[in-house]
Amino acid sequence: MLVSMNWIRDFVNLDGQDIEELISRFTLGVAEVEGIEHKGENIHGVVVGEIISCEPHPDSDHLHVLKVDAGKEVYDVVCGAPNARSGIKTAFALPGARVGEIEIRQAKLRGVISNGMCCSEKELGISDDHSGIMELPADFVNGTDLKTIYPIDDIVFEVDNKSLTNRPDLWGHYGMAREFAALTGRELAPLPVKECDYEGTDEVSIEIRNPELCYRYTSVRVENVKKKESLPEMKIRLYYCGTRAINLLADLTNYLMLELGQPMHAFDGKKISNIIVDTPKEEFRFRTLDSQEREITKDTLMIFNGEEPVAIAGIMGGLDSEITEETDSLLLESANFDGVSIRKSASRLGLRTDASARYEKTLDPEMTMQAVKRFLKLLSEADPGARCTSRITDSYVKKYPELTVSFDKAFVDRYTGIDITSERIHDTLTALGFETKRDGDSFVCKVPSFRATKDISMKADIVEEITRIYGYDNFKITTTHSPLLPAKTTMKRSYDNAVKDLLVKTYGMHEVHTRVWQNADDLRDLGIVPEDNVKLLGFSDDVGILRNTMMQTLLPVVNKNKNYQPDFGVFEIGRVVHGLKEDETADERRMLGIVLYSKQVTEKQLYLKAVEAVDAIVSLLKHSTPSYRKTAPVHTWQHPKNTAEILIAGSVIGRINTLHPSNLVRIAKNAFAVCVEIDMDALLDAKAGVLSFEAPSRFPGIDYDLSLVIPEGMRFEDIQECWMGKEIADLRKVSVIDIYDAGLVKSVTVRFAFGSDERSLTGEEVQGHIDAIIDRLKARRVELKA
Amino acid sequence: MKERIVELRKRFEDQLGNVADPEKLEELRLSFLSKKGQLQDLMKELSKIPNEQKKEAGQLINTFKQEVQQRFDEKKEELAAAAEKLLIESTESYDESMPAAFPCGSYHPITLVQRELEDIFESMGFDIEDYSEIVSDYDCFEAVNIPKFHPARDMQDTYYLTSKNQLLKSHTSAAQNAILRKYGPALKESGRPIRAVFPGRCFRNEAVDASHDNTFFQMEGVMVDKDISISNLIYFMKTMLSEVFGREVTVRLRPGFFPFVEPGFELDIKCLNCGGKGCPSCGNSGWLELCPCGMIHPNVLKMGGINTDEDPFEYTGFAFGLGLTRLAMMKYGVRDIRVFNDGDLGALSQFISA
Repeated sequence: MLVSMNWIRDFVNLDGQDIEELISRFTLGVAEVEGIEHKGENIHGVVVGEIISCEPHPDSDHLHVLKVDAGKEVYDVVCGAPNARSGIKTAFALPGARVGEIEIRQAKLRGVISNGMCCSEKELGISDDHSGIMELPADFVNGTDLKTIYPIDDIVFEVDNKSLTNRPDLWGHYGMAREFAALTGRELAPLPVKECDYEGTDEVSIEIRNPELCYRYTSVRVENVKKKESLPEMKIRLYYCGTRAINLLADLTNYLMLELGQPMHAFDGKKISNIIVDTPKEEFRFRTLDSQEREITKDTLMIFNGEEPVAIAGIMGGLDSEITEETDSLLLESANFDGVSIRKSASRLGLRTDASARYEKTLDPEMTMQAVKRFLKLLSEADPGARCTSRITDSYVKKYPELTVSFDKAFVDRYTGIDITSERIHDTLTALGFETKRDGDSFVCKVPSFRATKDISMKADIVEEITRIYGYDNFKITTTHSPLLPAKTTMKRSYDNAVKDLLVKTYGMHEVHTRVWQNADDLRDLGIVPEDNVKLLGFSDDVGILRNTMMQTLLPVVNKNKNYQPDFGVFEIGRVVHGLKEDETADERRMLGIVLYSKQVTEKQLYLKAVEAVDAIVSLLKHSTPSYRKTAPVHTWQHPKNTAEILIAGSVIGRINTLHPSNLVRIAKNAFAVCVEIDMDALLDAKAGVLSFEAPSRFPGIDYDLSLVIPEGMRFEDIQECWMGKEIADLRKVSVIDIYDAGLVKSVTVRFAFGSDERSLTGEEVQGHIDAIIDRLKARRVELKA
Repeated sequence: MKERIVELRKRFEDQLGNVADPEKLEELRLSFLSKKGQLQDLMKELSKIPNEQKKEAGQLINTFKQEVQQRFDEKKEELAAAAEKLLIESTESYDESMPAAFPCGSYHPITLVQRELEDIFESMGFDIEDYSEIVSDYDCFEAVNIPKFHPARDMQDTYYLTSKNQLLKSHTSAAQNAILRKYGPALKESGRPIRAVFPGRCFRNEAVDASHDNTFFQMEGVMVDKDISISNLIYFMKTMLSEVFGREVTVRLRPGFFPFVEPGFELDIKCLNCGGKGCPSCGNSGWLELCPCGMIHPNVLKMGGINTDEDPFEYTGFAFGLGLTRLAMMKYGVRDIRVFNDGDLGALSQFISA
C-alpha cells in the first residue's frame, strides 16, 4: 500500500519532524516500509503560462510556434501538443527548469528557437495523461510556481501489504495517521465529516437476508451531481497512491477507501430501487463492471436490486448499474461483509480487488457510517450542488462485542522484562485510540472497534501496543535466569549422524534430498509404474502419490546422474509412507535409502560392497553382524533372485537388492545398481550386541588356516554351521582372511585362532578340534583346497 | 723403523685415496689392521730391533696403528655421508600440486548447516527434537492458534492428504504442541525450563523457481519458563545469531504477525556484507530479514498443557523459526534453491566438509 505523507498531514501535524527518520520508526513500530519516493523532487521552475499566440511551425505539419506569457516575460516556444492553442493557460517550464530527467534549455526545433516547454501531467509526474499539455483555470496568475498551487511535492512510501494482514485499521491513511500521532506524541485530528442535510423521511430500502455474511449495510441517495471531474488535489493524491482518476463519483469512493480503508460502491441512483443482500438460490452468470462474465456460485454473497443481481458483495459492482458519464444521481453503498466469505469468493472468482483485499482483513463495521458522512463532506466540497434525497439508512445486523482488557504495570514489567512507566503506558494506549482508565498502576482499557475485529483481545496484545511504540531498539536486554540443565542428544539424531558420517567418509557416498512424492515421469524413464499409496488431495497420480520406498525417488536421481561418474553412491535419510494404519492415519517411516551405481565393477562386487556397508552400519551402531535372508521381490524393479531382507537378531530392519534387468537396462548398458533400504527406527529398536572386553591371553595362541572349496549354490552361512555354536574349546576367533571367487569356482580361507588364558596350547590339542571341523565340512561336501 | 712407517703410511694413504665404496674400504682395513695385516708384519719386525730402541719403535707403531684406525673411521663416515648424499640427490622431488583423486563423499548442505546449528543449540542447553513430516490438521494449525478459515489452511497452500485431515507439515511450528506436552511435566514438577529446537522438512504448495521450493527445511525453537520476557527474547536471539554467524550481530525487531506468538516480530540483522550501509545482498536496506520470533501465544501454551485458564500467563516463553534452507543459501552462496532437492551430484558433491 502506498502512503502519502501529505495525506497523513491532513490529520496530524508533523511540522518540525524529520520525515525520513519518522518513516524508519514506522518500520520498527508499525509495519515494514519497502521504499520511499520523493514526489516532485525533480520538478523545478514550472509556472503558470498563458499561450498568447499560436502559429503553425513553418517547417512541420504538427508543431506550433507559441508565445507564452510566463508573468515576467514572454517566451517563444515550439510545441507539438495537439491541444496547444491561443488563450489557454498551461504548465510552463521556464528555461533552466527541471522536468523529470529533462533540463530545459534553449533549443532549435526544425530551425525555430524554442525557450521553455509546455508540460503534460505525465511529464510533471502527477498523472499518466500524456494526451496534451495541461490546461489550467483561467484565473491562475501567470508566472505562479505550480508547486504553490498543486501538491506536487509529497513523500510517498510503500508498506508491505503482508505486514498489514492483521491490521485492518491500517488499510487507509487515517489509521496510518493515528500511528504517526502515537509515534510522535502529537494529536490526531478528527475526520472531517458532513451530516446528511436531507430532512424528509425517505430511506433506502435495505434488506440483509444473510446476517452471517453481511454485518452492516449503510446507504444514502444523492442527486443533482453535476460535476464530472475531481479536484486536481484529489486526482494527484489518488495517482500518487496508485489509483487512476476516473470520474468524480468513482474517485470519491476510491479516495474514501484509501483514506479510511472502507470500500464503497456508488450505484447509478436511477437503476437501484431496493437493496437485498443475499446468496443466490441458483448459480448464474454475471457481468462485472470490467465487462467480464463471471460464474456466480450459490455461496457467493451478492447485492440484488430486488431480484436482479447488481454487485458481487465486497468484490466488484455490475456493469449495468455502473456510474457513467450521464449519471447525476447515486445510491451509495458503505457496507461490512464477512472477511472469510469475501476471501473465498474472490479466490474462487480469481478476482482480487482493492475492496476484497480490505474486506478479507475483517474491517470494522463501525466505519460504514463515518465513511458515508465523510463521503458527503468530500462531495459537497467537489460539487456543492449535490443533494441527499434520502436519510442515511443503516442496517446493522451483527455487532462485535465490546472488549475491555484489565491489567497492571507489574504484568507489563514481567512480560517485557523492562520498566515502562505507567504514564507512558497510559499515553501510548490513549494515542492509539484505546480508552484507558488508569488507577495508579492498574489499567482498564477499552479496545477501539477498529482494533477489535480480530486483532486485539487480551493482555499480551496490549503489551505489544505499548512496546512497539516504546521501540524495541530502546529495550535493555537481559539474559534469562533459568537453571541450566544438560540436554540429551536424542538417539535418533546420533544414529543419523553416525550413518551419514560412515557413508560419506568411509564409503565416499553423496547425501541427496529428494521429494516425498513419486514423479511419474521420472519413474517412467526407468520403466517403473508409480505404486498405489497415500495420495495428496487435489493432485494427479503423476505427482500426487507419496513414496512408499526411498527408491522411487533415489533411483531417478541415479538415472539423472548416470554420466556424473562411472562409479558413485547416493543416500538419503527421509520419510516414506507405508499406506494407512488402522486408524486411517498415514504410516510414516524414517528410512535410509542407499543406491550404489557402477559401470566399472561386476554386479556381484557392487552387491557385496553394499553388503559390506550394511555390515559396517550394523557393526558401528549395534556391535553385531546382521544376517540376510533371500526373499521374493516386493517391488517390480527388484531382482527376483537377489533381493534379501536384512535382519538383526531375527528382526527385519531393511532390504537389499539388485535391479531387475528390465529396469537396469533403462539406466545404461553395462551399468549396475544396488539398492539398500533400512528402516531407521527399526535399526534404532533392534537388539544391540554387548560391547564387552576380553583381555588378550599372556600365552601364545595357535592360528590354523583352512582353505575351503565352496560347492556351487552353497552359502557361506551354511558352511559356518560347521563351527559356529559348536562350543569348540579354546577357539577364540574365526575370520575369513582370503576369498577367491572365479564365478563357478569359489574358495575361502578361514583362520581359526585358538588360545588359552592358562597355558600354551599344544599342536595336538588344536589338531583335534580342526579334525572335527574338517569332518563336519566333509559331511557337507566341502573340500579342502589342495 | 721410522722409514718403514713413513713408507707404509704413504702406501696406506695412496690406497685409501683410491677407495670409493665401503667394501673396498673394508678390504683395505683388513690388509692393514687384521691379524695378518701389514701392521702385524711391522710388529713382527720389532723383534729384530735392538732392545734400547724397542720401546720407542713400539710406541711409533702403536701411534701409527691408532692413526690408521682413525683414518679408516673418517673415511668410513665420509663414504657413508657421500652415499647418503647420493641417495638424497637421486630421490625424486615429489609434486604436491599434482591433482589428487580421493574417494570423497559429500554431505547435503542442509545436513552441514543443521549440524552446525544443533551444536550451537546443544551448547546453550537445548534439547534437539525430531518430528514427523505428516501431521494432523490439529498440530499444524489448531494447536498453534491458526484459526479455521485462515488463508494458511487453504488447500492451494497446503498439501493435504486424502485421508483423515492429515497434511504435509507446512511449518515446523506443527511440532510445538508435541514439544510442549513432552517437556511440560518436567517444567512443572522440577522447574526444568523447556528449551528445545526441532529441525524439519516443510512443504508448501508453490511453484518452484530459483528462489522458491515446495519442499524446504526450517528449524524452530522454543523456550518456556516462569518470567521469560521480551527482553530475554531479544538477548537470546542476539547471542544465538552471533554464534551462528561467528561474529557479533546487530539485531532489530519489527512487529510481525504470526498467530502463534504475541507479540510477534520480524527479526532483522544488520547486513554482514556491508555493515548496514546498503548493498545488493540486503536490497540496499542495510538489514536482512532473518527470522520470525515472538512471545508464545497464551492459547498455544494453554493447548500445550503449560498454562490453565486460571492463570494464562503463569509460564511464558518465546519461539523462533530459522529457515535452514535460506541459511544454507546464504552461507554457501547458493543462488538457486533447486540445487537442494534436484539431486545433481555435480552440484552437491562440492559439500565435502565434515
